[in-house]
Amino acid sequence: MSRLGSPAAGVVVQAGAIARQSTVWAGSHQAPILDAARLALTRDLQLAFRKRGQLVQPLAFFAMVTMLFPLAISPELSRLREIAPGVLWAGALLASLLALEFLFRDDAHDGTLEQYALSGQSLTWLMFAKTAAHWLLTGLPLALMAPLAALSLGVSTAAVPGIVASVAVGSVALSLIGSIGAALTLGIKRSGALLSLLTLPLSLPVLIFGARATQLAISGGPLLAPLELLAALVVLGVTLAPLAAAAAVRISLE
Amino acid sequence: MSHFFEMGGYAVFVWPAYAVTLAAIVLNVVWARRALARSREDARRRLGVRGEGP
Amino acid sequence: MTWTWFHRLGSPPYIYGLATRLTPWFAWPAALLIIGGLWGGLVLAPADYQQGDGFRIIYVHAPSAWMSLMVYTTMAIAAAVGLIWRIKVAHAVAASCAPIGASFTFAALVTGALWGQPMWGTYWEWDPRLTSELILLFLYLGYMGLRAGLEDTQRADRASAVLAVVGVVNVPIIHYSVTWWNSLHQAPSVMRLAKPTMAASMLVPLLMMLLGFTLFFGAVLLVRLRGEVLNRERSASWIREIVST
Repeated sequence: MSRLGSPAAGVVVQAGAIARQSTVWAGSHQAPILDAARLALTRDLQLAFRKRGQLVQPLAFFAMVTMLFPLAISPELSRLREIAPGVLWAGALLASLLALEFLFRDDAHDGTLEQYALSGQSLTWLMFAKTAAHWLLTGLPLALMAPLAALSLGVSTAAVPGIVASVAVGSVALSLIGSIGAALTLGIKRSGALLSLLTLPLSLPVLIFGARATQLAISGGPLLAPLELLAALVVLGVTLAPLAAAAAVRISLE
Repeated sequence: MSHFFEMGGYAVFVWPAYAVTLAAIVLNVVWARRALARSREDARRRLGVRGEGP
Repeated sequence: MTWTWFHRLGSPPYIYGLATRLTPWFAWPAALLIIGGLWGGLVLAPADYQQGDGFRIIYVHAPSAWMSLMVYTTMAIAAAVGLIWRIKVAHAVAASCAPIGASFTFAALVTGALWGQPMWGTYWEWDPRLTSELILLFLYLGYMGLRAGLEDTQRADRASAVLAVVGVVNVPIIHYSVTWWNSLHQAPSVMRLAKPTMAASMLVPLLMMLLGFTLFFGAVLLVRLRGEVLNRERSASWIREIVST
């Protein structure tokens, strides 16, 4: 997208491109906001891949957290298998919280977020795009890593598809809910604890249904019901969370 | 009278429950009044009014 | 139908004066109702057939739980009004609600635990109602934490308002959790639209306590509101007159 040398310049060019969408595409039959959202998404993904080290951090954290339980509780696989859903989901939730701090931090810092708010494009859609990028960068890798953690906890391989499905769907909801807290705490120094305090209460239904779905996946039971409830939470989140996050961003930028 | 205090054997549960609720009530009254006094003091200081002492 | 009374409510000096005048009208009836309810509940009401005198915890647990939900709803409505119409007084109301609601949510959890142990064998269980009530406590604490973390009052007002509105989904979950899921907590016996399933001698003190606590909330809210209104008025001349008396 950018032929300029420095990453920062490339960032500015893309942010400007998003702002220009409203004038360039006015009168075109394509939906300009979808293009803007797509640009925001690809921008976030590109920027993240430039800092690959940072991408790995939540995953490494997840691995460490799941490692704590066998060492702290009991290395006996039969016992670990019982607590596996809880361990996986607690780890996923904590790792997702860790990653949320990066969602808006850089953009707020270099003024891109202000560009988004002033661009005349729907901030809600841009929030949705950023949250989608966040999920692709953290939630999806977590969902793919979860089976490995589960196997280390004595779970059978037959449970793997169910585990991937439940964590994948649940982490979408976690990213959406987390975006609200991240937007509200923009710019607050050392906001980690406050972000967790704001996000966890709202994430608990996801944790409950997600852990239930994972548990059924492990025990071989019908996990469709909790999975559908998780999907319902995702739908609710998709419709409401970007709206709330956009409102929160505007408030934070005032 | 002693029956009242013993609450049919449940005294150890009933009375702490009432105590906690009473504490919540008292705390709210004290807290609210203190907050109002602090706000008034802040306003006084802001406006440079010389009223009652701090 | 003129809306002047509504606009006047948004005027800080008017609200300050109104709050000062109205407080005794809430405080004294609240005190009478609570004292009367305590007398009726602790002394006059007969012991329960199944729970003996232990059931009397209901006279502090039910009002506390009611407060936790009612105050949050009030807070969320005030926050929404402040957010939509940008009325500072509404934000002041929301800010005043939070500490009151948090303290009674805590009381509800503790009194519930003390009731649960002798009657149902456990201080705590992770069933939907207890869990979502605990979530409510964290929502209050998060609201207060967010306010404390933001120095600019206007940003704090608006950000915490978004949080309050987002969290209000928890309130119907708490209320309906006992009907949606079969769990430890008993089904509603007062808040049903059909006739409540409780004897009058037991019910009347409970209603007195519920009303008394509600009026108490009103009184405390009015006191806090005055302070919050003052905090949001920087240098208005009407304040000068008020604080120099």
